[in-house]
Amino acid sequence: MKNEAVKIIKAKKKYILEQWFQNQLENDGLREDLITNEDQRIQSEELINSFAASISDTNFDNFQSRDFEKIEDILSGVAISRAKRGFTPRETGAYVLSLKMALLKTLSEEIKDPVVLYTESMRINSLLDNFSMITFETFIKGREDVILRQTDEITEISTPVIKVWDGILALPIIGTLDSSRTQIVMENLLQEIVETGSSIAILDISGVPAIDTLVAQHLIKTVSATRLMGAECIISGIRPEIAQTVVHLGIDLSDVITKATLASALKTAFGMIELEVRKKATSKVL
Amino acid sequence: MDRIPILKMGDFLLVTIQVDLYDQLAETLESDLVQMVRKYNSKGVLIDISAVSIIDSFMGRILGNISTMSKIMDAETVVVGMQPAVAITLVELGLPLKGIHCALNVERGMELLRSKITLDIQDDDDYDDSDTE
Amino acid sequence: MIVILNKDAVSITREQDTILLRNRVKEWATKIGMGLVNQTKLITAASELVRNMLKYARGGVVNIEIVSKGRENGVRLIFIDKGPGIHDINLAMRDGYTTGRSLGLGLPGARRLVNEFEIQSVVNEGTTISITKWKNG
Repeated sequence: MKNEAVKIIKAKKKYILEQWFQNQLENDGLREDLITNEDQRIQSEELINSFAASISDTNFDNFQSRDFEKIEDILSGVAISRAKRGFTPRETGAYVLSLKMALLKTLSEEIKDPVVLYTESMRINSLLDNFSMITFETFIKGREDVILRQTDEITEISTPVIKVWDGILALPIIGTLDSSRTQIVMENLLQEIVETGSSIAILDISGVPAIDTLVAQHLIKTVSATRLMGAECIISGIRPEIAQTVVHLGIDLSDVITKATLASALKTAFGMIELEVRKKATSKVL
Repeated sequence: MDRIPILKMGDFLLVTIQVDLYDQLAETLESDLVQMVRKYNSKGVLIDISAVSIIDSFMGRILGNISTMSKIMDAETVVVGMQPAVAITLVELGLPLKGIHCALNVERGMELLRSKITLDIQDDDDYDDSDTE
Repeated sequence: MIVILNKDAVSITREQDTILLRNRVKEWATKIGMGLVNQTKLITAASELVRNMLKYARGGVVNIEIVSKGRENGVRLIFIDKGPGIHDINLAMRDGYTTGRSLGLGLPGARRLVNEFEIQSVVNEGTTISITKWKNG
């Protein structure tokens, strides 16, 4: 026996679209500030068309069927674009749920036998529920993408490598230094050493709130990697509290050149590349 | 059998590793190099690894060996051009290659070698205590 | 949950196969967009493990798998050999421990370079080591 519901959906898709669109309007799901009426209509029509095209007797009960991939794509696309545009979850969820209402309404108008109506409605229900779960999952994924991108941006911003002199780089570290951050610091620093041909890197930790064995280990790793590149590394900005913790924790920094301030680190660096800073007025030689 | 060519430039030996190393090749390089140091009485060895994309513990050890062996034959070794990714990996692996002199590129490596050798001639002091590891 | 997206295998019988394996791993890692540093770490770890395989078991097979967990993609390498096995895994995983003439960095070093490391070994039957490096790990 041919499935009633499938037949109806295929035959009545225009009517369903009208119903659905009506529902969307009533649900306040239409945010004209975020999406135009016209766009929303095109989106909805595309979805209905591919839904009507892909649904068949065989896949009706199986939402995982490959036939629905196109619909899943459209739904994911809609959900992601909505997440990024700033729709609320309710508004996004209502999009699919209002389609369900439209489908159920159409079925109830077309099918007269209550038993058939009930079974078909249940099936439509479970299929559409699965679709709305997809929407929700992708909606959250879209939001997570936004968060991830921001995280990336923050890490990018917070590890600048500054060329302070020909052959001298400075890297002010602000915030805690965990292993993924160290990775980024090292990559940026070593890359910059190659690009600028620098021979000295100053790691300023004035902005690091606290130091523990792990952070110290990360610092030592960075120093070792810098040396492997053929550059020397100076750690500056050692505050008294940090000096105290370093000693109390028994961290060995004796292999590393450490300075209290960035200024004295720079002075040391000048010395290492045999430069001298002099006051102009006093040098009357020239 | 595959071999990595070693060039002689005055008092120095120059090795540019252009191929992917496997263990046998690295071992051959080690023995070839020390032979050459003796043959030409070289004062410095410069190993350019800028084309090497992987250094694992074995190759790290070979580099260390070359450096130490040359040292006791009175030649300095400088490794130049290590790629950032390789440096980070070595440190993460737990092999910071202490005691090996590194330089950014061949030019800097030559400068470093020259400075070490003139220093040796001027006074026989140990230039850096960490070298002896 | 880890899903396997793609599979490949390289059999290891001699030292030169190491280079083949490195290149193959690099190809796959590049395909999923892994950064250069993570690629280098993964390939270095692979290099260590293949050396052990050749040294103690005279070779074996390395399965390369592209895996995905949630939103993260990664490369998983499984080293399977039919060698003598490892008597004391805890000892073998310790820094500086070696039964051969080496630095003893192979196993512990490889573990530090990857995100996931699993080792199973039966004496006289063989060793299976599985390592995973995530794209952004």
